[in-house]
Amino acid sequence: MTALATALSAAEADSLPLDRIDVSRAELFERNIEGDYFRRLRREDPVHYCAESAYGPYWSITRYKDIMAVDTNHQVFSSEASLGGIIIEDGIQKSSNEGSIDLPNFIAMDPPRHDEQRKAVSPIVAPANLAKLEGVIRERICRTLDGLPVGETFDWVPAVSIELTTQMLATLFDFPFEERSKLTRWSDVATAEPGSGIVDSWEQRTSELMECAATFQGLWNERVKNPGMDLVSMLAHSPATRDMTPQNYLGNVLLLIVGGNDTTRNSMSGGVLALDRNPKEREKLYANPALIDSMVPEIIRWQTPLSHMRRTAIADAEVGGKTIRKGDKVVMWYISGNRDETAIDRPDDFIIDRERPRQHLSFGFGVHRCVGNRLAEMQLKILWEEIMKRFSRVEVMDEPVRVRSNFVRGYASMPVKLHAH
Amino acid sequence: MTRVNYVEANGKVHAVEADAGMSAMEAAVKNAVPGIDGDCGGAAACATCHVYVDDAWIAKTGPAQDGLEKSMLEFAEDVRESSRLACQITLDERLDGLVLRLPEKQH
Ligand code: HEM
Ligand code: FES
Repeated sequence: MTALATALSAAEADSLPLDRIDVSRAELFERNIEGDYFRRLRREDPVHYCAESAYGPYWSITRYKDIMAVDTNHQVFSSEASLGGIIIEDGIQKSSNEGSIDLPNFIAMDPPRHDEQRKAVSPIVAPANLAKLEGVIRERICRTLDGLPVGETFDWVPAVSIELTTQMLATLFDFPFEERSKLTRWSDVATAEPGSGIVDSWEQRTSELMECAATFQGLWNERVKNPGMDLVSMLAHSPATRDMTPQNYLGNVLLLIVGGNDTTRNSMSGGVLALDRNPKEREKLYANPALIDSMVPEIIRWQTPLSHMRRTAIADAEVGGKTIRKGDKVVMWYISGNRDETAIDRPDDFIIDRERPRQHLSFGFGVHRCVGNRLAEMQLKILWEEIMKRFSRVEVMDEPVRVRSNFVRGYASMPVKLHAH
Repeated sequence: MTRVNYVEANGKVHAVEADAGMSAMEAAVKNAVPGIDGDCGGAAACATCHVYVDDAWIAKTGPAQDGLEKSMLEFAEDVRESSRLACQITLDERLDGLVLRLPEKQH
């Protein structure tokens, strides 16, 4: 953005009457100016009520400590799908839409149901298992990086971020590798509504998801007999999940695909942008590659791949001095909490050697805290280790195109050029 | 001052002196005891401070508390009767000499 455009957007954010501020407008994120609005809210009205928006009335929680208070209070702040689920837009998986299907999964459940299902899935991404996956993931990352052109401009998003994320998902499920692009397609379809450019009707969405279901049912049947170390085998054999309904199984498979997809992808792109914009940090990194360990969580904080998570109050509660009523929609803006100067030192800056780099909100906190957090970190760590071996710089050639979304915070494209050592 | 001994899975001991009122997570982080990260800053909300309280001490620290501590421990690895979140153990005189064992891998 030019200096003038930056000044204008800050002025716009400061001049609106508070009650007219609606941070859910996807356009703010696409233009990368949401930060000005959140800065104002944190300062003047950190727990903010917006009476009218495209998603109806909602509360915005913008400070780190208030977000923590909501996230850790699942008795009051529910994730239940039937109440609206976990994003500002009420759940799209509503069977009330003709031709649509219901896909229950544990991110949109409260304890105790949530806990049972989560326990069945978490061992796959536990340290011991991750260590086993590391070799395959590294080998696949190396192969992809070795195939990239040096000294030519190309789009990093499809060539690296999408490709590597898809490969990781295929590895996790031990999904037929040559057909891996289906996983990305299903992830897109699962979160799409008719008219979004991805599917044309609820029927089309349902029929593609049925194909997904059939494919994963096939994998299930195969692995009931011959289990491996993959996620499908775990789901098919764990006492908590082996008797799941097929729809619940598909719901959980899709949760893992969707949960790991845009998030990992956009941290892979975000890291490139962050290092390009901060040459001093890049110098520090190349002088001391061990800093990758603290850089990776910093990339995830700086990027904040999911701008928010939503809850629904099931009782009256006080947050930051305001009374939230039973039934209200409550949005925790992680992107704002991660820029809260009262919780994080120089929060707008990308600093690869922070003392406590994992103190950020990007993975949420409490019982829903991201199950894949260490997997995501491992993946980024390997990526940066291998990038540094091969290239002296990944130069961003033009302003990236950002996704128009108040939920997924990321990039549609990012032209880059690789420099050899 | 409360002395706490953190014992790694490989037997290595880290003897630490903490101010009364600190949590066992804060004392570990402050003294760079490996394997205790404390990502959530002590809110019992990340389970990166899982420890096993030594048998001789469990009566004094008490078991994991109902609510968030127990819920979060549900998702930790290799959880036992003596499992606690270190951030939920407040150090005081009574706990002088406390022995906490670290899990093999935390997360
Ligand atoms: C940088 C990458 C990632 C980010 C920023 C991220 C972010 C998040 C956040 C904020 C939540 C909390 C949801 C809530 O509180 O409602 C979450 C949950 C979850 N994530 Fe991730 N995630 C990432 C990578 C992954 C990966 C790689 C996987 C798949 C293996 C994954 C699977 C899940 C699942 C299954 C949940 C639901 C946990 C629950 O409800 O108990 N995530 N993630
Ligand atoms: S520090 Fe997060 S649970 Fe103890």
